[in-house]
Amino acid sequence: MTVLVLTLIILVGAYVAGLVGSLTGLGGGVVIIPLLSILLHVNIHYAIGASLVSVIATSSGSAAAYVKEGITNMRLGMFLEIATTSGAITGAVLAKYLPVQYIAILFGVVLIFSAVTSLIKRADYIERKKSKPAEVLKLNGTYPSNGEPIAYNVTNVGGGFLMMILAGAMSGLLGIGSGALKVVAMDGIMRVPFKVSTTTSNFMIGVTAAASAVFYLQRGYIDPGLAMPVVIGVLLGAFTGSKILVHSQSKKLKYFFAIVVTVLAIQMIYKGISGTL
Amino acid sequence: MKKDTKQIKGDRDIQLFIGSLLRWGVLLSMAVVIFGGIVYLYRHGQTTIDYSKFKGEPSLTSKFVDIIEGVFAFKGRAIIQLGIILLIATPIARVLTSAIGFVAEKDYLYVTITLVVLAIIMFSMLGGFGG
Repeated sequence: MTVLVLTLIILVGAYVAGLVGSLTGLGGGVVIIPLLSILLHVNIHYAIGASLVSVIATSSGSAAAYVKEGITNMRLGMFLEIATTSGAITGAVLAKYLPVQYIAILFGVVLIFSAVTSLIKRADYIERKKSKPAEVLKLNGTYPSNGEPIAYNVTNVGGGFLMMILAGAMSGLLGIGSGALKVVAMDGIMRVPFKVSTTTSNFMIGVTAAASAVFYLQRGYIDPGLAMPVVIGVLLGAFTGSKILVHSQSKKLKYFFAIVVTVLAIQMIYKGISGTL
Repeated sequence: MKKDTKQIKGDRDIQLFIGSLLRWGVLLSMAVVIFGGIVYLYRHGQTTIDYSKFKGEPSLTSKFVDIIEGVFAFKGRAIIQLGIILLIATPIARVLTSAIGFVAEKDYLYVTITLVVLAIIMFSMLGGFGG
């Protein structure tokens, strides 16, 4: 295939990936990797490298908007970035030694997990209990809702921190934002209200991905010819998705995409097991 | 709420600045990537390419000094890679800005936390695992 044709195909594919990623809340990375490696037979290391770059672009782009709204808890994000960045580096080092088959299988498993969690309705819960570590670290905060500031507390800081190390490791190993795992850590363990956890997790994704991207760059996993259409396409797709989301939140659409993503995930696992990747 | 109003106001200023920093960082790096992409496609659009095997990256696109040299030689792939480096630098610049913000607020606990995050990223950059 010529460079021009392949670039155009990837550009369109990345646009769709960014759009689907944004509409489902899964993120563009988890969709673009199977697209590149299954449909276009791109080496998984290159696919992961390109995806990681697009993750930084979408996360920074949307964080710019969220931060201005004042919902993001910057102290919570900053503190947990210690966990995600050190996890990310561990993951990136692992990616060098782990056989490609295992990376594909693990990717499929994380993808299915993300698809399932994207369908679960997240409860809006305000924690009232005070926790000592959260107070010392000044993690409790407020967020604006209908013009009124709503105060919330954060609990189980240690558990959330550990979960964030795992989320960071998956991000560094698989080249994804691992938003699903971050949601588990913040919503499920630390009881952060979901508006705050969504924006704060997004805020952290850029730095987490940057920590492993510097490693990937030196290692040669980021090929400019491939990363160029991926990052442009995913960013434009995500931007379109963020505009659509305001108007329609179709449940059927969410289920449809979750099924599509699950099929892709099963193919990744199958290819990993059969060694045909 | 007995939270210090001065701290809230300081937080707000930093948040607005960080928002602009992220937006302009993404826009600038995308402009460089698109420009490099056009140069690359113009020159090599008709070449055939195969990404199915990992070849290891030629130093033109993995070593910083060589990337800069490639940019001055007007090589499309090197220009794209420069754009990608700017993109990677954007969230790192955000961390640096937060550190300065916390210094201004005299929140030394968070100055320390921010510096730890920066140190981890530096470690990844200079740790020599990439080779």
